[in-house]
Amino acid sequence: MAKFKYYGEGLTGVDLDSLVGKLIVLEGPDSVGRSTQVALLRDWLESMGHAVAATGLRRSELTQEGLDQAKTGHTLGRRTMSLFYATDFADRLENNIVPALRAGYHVLSDRYFYSISARDIVRSADPEWLKEVYGFALVPDLVLYLRVEVEHLVPRALYGKGFNYWESGMDLALGDNFFDSFVIYQSRVIRELDKMAEHYGFIVIDASRDPNSIFEDLKKAIEPILTPTVEAIT
Amino acid sequence: MTDFKSLPQHKQGVLIVVEGIDGSGKSTQIHLLHRWLQSEGYGVFFSEWNSSPLVKGTTKLGKKTKSLTPTTFSLIHATDFADRTEHQIVPAIKAGAIVLADRYVYTAFARDVARGVPKRWVRNLYRFSVKPDLAFYFRVPLEVSLERILHGRARLKYYEAGMDLGLSRDPRESFKLFQDRIMKEYDSMVDEFGLIVIDGTRTIEEQQAEVRKIVHDYLMDRLPNGKEARYGQVQILR
Repeated sequence: MAKFKYYGEGLTGVDLDSLVGKLIVLEGPDSVGRSTQVALLRDWLESMGHAVAATGLRRSELTQEGLDQAKTGHTLGRRTMSLFYATDFADRLENNIVPALRAGYHVLSDRYFYSISARDIVRSADPEWLKEVYGFALVPDLVLYLRVEVEHLVPRALYGKGFNYWESGMDLALGDNFFDSFVIYQSRVIRELDKMAEHYGFIVIDASRDPNSIFEDLKKAIEPILTPTVEAIT
Repeated sequence: MTDFKSLPQHKQGVLIVVEGIDGSGKSTQIHLLHRWLQSEGYGVFFSEWNSSPLVKGTTKLGKKTKSLTPTTFSLIHATDFADRTEHQIVPAIKAGAIVLADRYVYTAFARDVARGVPKRWVRNLYRFSVKPDLAFYFRVPLEVSLERILHGRARLKYYEAGMDLGLSRDPRESFKLFQDRIMKEYDSMVDEFGLIVIDGTRTIEEQQAEVRKIVHDYLMDRLPNGKEARYGQVQILR
């Protein structure tokens, strides 16, 4: 029996029986520290002898250029943006994640369709429509949700790369400056992710703490799904 | 299944679309319809399948690198369609124009399902589209369209011929098998979506006369005062 399942009708022409790796997803809002944890987890998994493939949002070769161009011009309609991101996600799923799973890799996915959907829902997309659209997605082995309150995100965003137009939801005209808009927008995204955490059964990790404590919790959550590695040769 | 989102009350314009397999003659017919409506003084807006300036580059890249799968092929075309819906079709209809579309959602329903994408999924994908007032399906036997397309066409493109499906290594053979599948999908949609079937084997003039009559009757029906409702050179439909 196939190890993996789809959320809905699935991908055309992909044999689920051929997928043998593990799919581990890190979710959470912008600036929560996902990429730091992905790097730590990769080292940890590799040190135990597991092959790791890390993949992130909007890294798809197909859509990167088109999406960047469209976002620079701020001319993208909401429905168009939803579908462009869905295309991007599908491309990443089929051209990166699926081949890695087929080759037996542990795939660390920095985000999945959940945050893309959350952003769309905040922009008034229909959640039911999105759920069906993303019916092609694989159900991951684990979804680890790095959860923080918006207060914790503000300094990270500010002293990190600064407030960004899209991450502040400036297209929604929620406030007349980046700070106010960021707080309202990110709170709404967090609220949607919280709903999904319940619906999809995410493992919630308190990400307001230091990176090391978060890492320890992540390891504890991942350990049970790992296949035993060969005993160390000494 | 037919779950189009209807436009709000202030919808004013009209949406007319043409569909059919490659070589069915639909583009010729919509061109002639366009010319006629313009000469009659209507404001006409034309939108073509797969033409969004924002999305075109991505589609082109995917086709060039042959990296599109049935799922991403379907999604990128839906993205293109969404952009045209948001930027062209909806505003033009709200402004009272007659919008003509060369290919519409039925093209996706036919092609994507022929590629193995689940029927229900692709219909849901396009749930945001505006329901056409008139949808013409130019129906020709496969041999006729193949003759028109394969005659004098140097080379069939990879996705156009359905080469990604691995039906045959020969592009012409693959194209035939793929078009046959698409046609079966179109035929099954006639009742599902109320497509108006036009016999595409008749002369261009005969087909155009039939199309014009149907469009004329529809417009007169929508315009109780006939042509008196004309505003300047642009027909405002209320």
